[in-house]
Amino acid sequence: MKIKNIIITFISAIALVLSSSSISLAKVVGDKIILGAAVSLTGKYSTNGEHTKNGYNFAVERINSMGGIKVGGKTYKFDIIYYDDESNSGRAAQLAERLIKQDGVQYMLGPYSSGLTKAIAPVTEENKIPMVEANGASRSLFTKGYKYLFAVLSAANQYLEVAIDLAVEKNGGNPVKIAMAFEQDAFSQDVRIGVVEAAKRTGSKIIIDDKLPKELNDMAATLAKVKATKPDVLVVSGHSKGALTAIRQIAEMKVDVKMLAMTHCDASKLAKQHGKNSEYALCAAQWHKSLSYKDKFFGDGMKYDKEFKAQFGYNPPYQAAESSAALLVWKDAFERANSLDKDKVRDALSKTDMQTFYGNIKFSPAGQNIAKPMVLFQVRCEGDKCENKVVAPTKWAAAKLVHPVPKWSER
Amino acid sequence: MDLLIFQAPILMVQASLDGILLGILFALIAYGMALQWGVMNIINIAQGELVIVGGYIAYFMYKAGIHPGFGIIVSPIIMYFVGWGLYKLVINKVVDRDLFISILATFGISILTQQLMNFIFGSDVVVAQSNFGTTMFFDGMVTLPNAKIFAAIVSIAFAIGLVIYMRKSKLGRAIRATAQNARAAKIMGVNTEKVYAATFGINAALCGVAGSLIAITFTLHPYVGLPYTVRSFMIVIIAGLGNLPGVALSGMGLGVFEEFADYILGTEFRIGSVFTLLVLILVYRRFKLSRKREYLK
Repeated sequence: MKIKNIIITFISAIALVLSSSSISLAKVVGDKIILGAAVSLTGKYSTNGEHTKNGYNFAVERINSMGGIKVGGKTYKFDIIYYDDESNSGRAAQLAERLIKQDGVQYMLGPYSSGLTKAIAPVTEENKIPMVEANGASRSLFTKGYKYLFAVLSAANQYLEVAIDLAVEKNGGNPVKIAMAFEQDAFSQDVRIGVVEAAKRTGSKIIIDDKLPKELNDMAATLAKVKATKPDVLVVSGHSKGALTAIRQIAEMKVDVKMLAMTHCDASKLAKQHGKNSEYALCAAQWHKSLSYKDKFFGDGMKYDKEFKAQFGYNPPYQAAESSAALLVWKDAFERANSLDKDKVRDALSKTDMQTFYGNIKFSPAGQNIAKPMVLFQVRCEGDKCENKVVAPTKWAAAKLVHPVPKWSER
Repeated sequence: MDLLIFQAPILMVQASLDGILLGILFALIAYGMALQWGVMNIINIAQGELVIVGGYIAYFMYKAGIHPGFGIIVSPIIMYFVGWGLYKLVINKVVDRDLFISILATFGISILTQQLMNFIFGSDVVVAQSNFGTTMFFDGMVTLPNAKIFAAIVSIAFAIGLVIYMRKSKLGRAIRATAQNARAAKIMGVNTEKVYAATFGINAALCGVAGSLIAITFTLHPYVGLPYTVRSFMIVIIAGLGNLPGVALSGMGLGVFEEFADYILGTEFRIGSVFTLLVLILVYRRFKLSRKREYLK
């Protein structure tokens, strides 16, 4: 009896030690710093989820092969635990919980899309786990007072502000007439807020303000209104579907506007799918390979583009680039904190001020990257080959803006 | 409230034409739904997904360098067999059961098809280019994309073709007999099992035609099927089963109503106003029915 009791006590003691040690060791196993990420590998975000994962992995390999992370005189390497969130926000929150509570992850990477980031942020916040995210641009992520959320990308409301400023500048500094159509979802409505603010600031007038239903794939009515009212700028944002529908119908209906500004041109492969019909469209993007930012891991955008393509077989969209940048931020923060303590790392993250190939990164108290402006590019065609050329911000731009857009009758 | 359409009446022409062209395309999908609803008493929730699968067939033809317009021939042939297979696999097990069971079954098919499309075709939004150009009226103020005109003509042609087929052919007569009274038809020697499979196949083929037209007029994505299901469901409810002119009229009527609602109330009320109209029509029907019943008493 006594022996049996001793054995049971002994076994449970070992079990207890093992379980507690596995939790405390999970954040760092041997010389590996473990990061956790729930990414959409199936479901409607699977394409962009894949870009996100490839971006993360590309940077992990690069950092590990270039000497790893030096903390307290010891060299560590990054490793990531992935789960598939199925493009479902409920599942994403569950998986974040699992990463933190079961796997003992102490450092998180973001998922793909604003919606899923919004689902995960309350979990990381509650558990005081710092998260560097690269694919959630919604403005509401930065208005809730989150202390452990850091976003390397520009917020959604900054997407098309630049376009309005540019239109006003081209109009000799005078206010312009704006027509806009935004899908009714969190992201597009955030973009709309930015445009409305820019209109107010410049004294511009909004003459059409259409809210496109999510199910809608026909913008003919909006475009007929645009034809009748002749605004100076037409702004459209409704994910890939919105961008593709807009270009198709603008070309079909021969809608002439001086400037057409949109989002999601690269995600929808606009230039490839619509060819010449998409020419002169102005698009907001987080990043473009021709920008001249530099870092020592990836060199510059062109080099990143080339090496990413060599490894994964396709040109990296900005979703991949910003995901890679998140890892550079983590490395930098670990080394400045010179500690693996999550709170010390969090404080180091909040003091980040660096340049990466993706752009400058510096966080506001709300965790928003305030050092990187949005990029505007314009689709330009030579023969049948269409390409995106960066036209703003002028400091980093490689090409000149064509304004006003030539009329359909002259194309 | 926006009065632009009254200040520029030319927009009314544009809105009406857009609505009619849109409505005809929806009516084709609704016709397929009405057909199999009438014959098999099944409400097919996966209707929209069949449309999108049909669209992807046209898209892949386009990718292979064939003009996507030929999708209207290839897509229905492939889709007929897809529909036939679906009937043999799933639908034949629920065809005599409660309506609720068939709704659940087709709902399951719809989810499965969405995920499979996402898995096979990827989650990118895609379009096929027809390069049909545009027809313009009134000095370019009213524009009609030729792709939409093409879509409307093809839809009408297929609908008329099917009506003739239903009247003249042996299978068509068998389908109509089964719709009127399945039991009696069976006694008279009609192989209802075969009729059901053919009906489901014909419905899928119609979806295939509509899908390949959508590939050249709108956009394709694994998850955009539902609006097509809902819209065809509404058209059928308003028109009633077995009423082809009714389906065409209610399709066009809804299309025009939707366009005008967009101009007058704003784009955000477009879908909402169509649903409001549906509720009003249903309430009115009930009201009319109850009066009839009183008269009969």
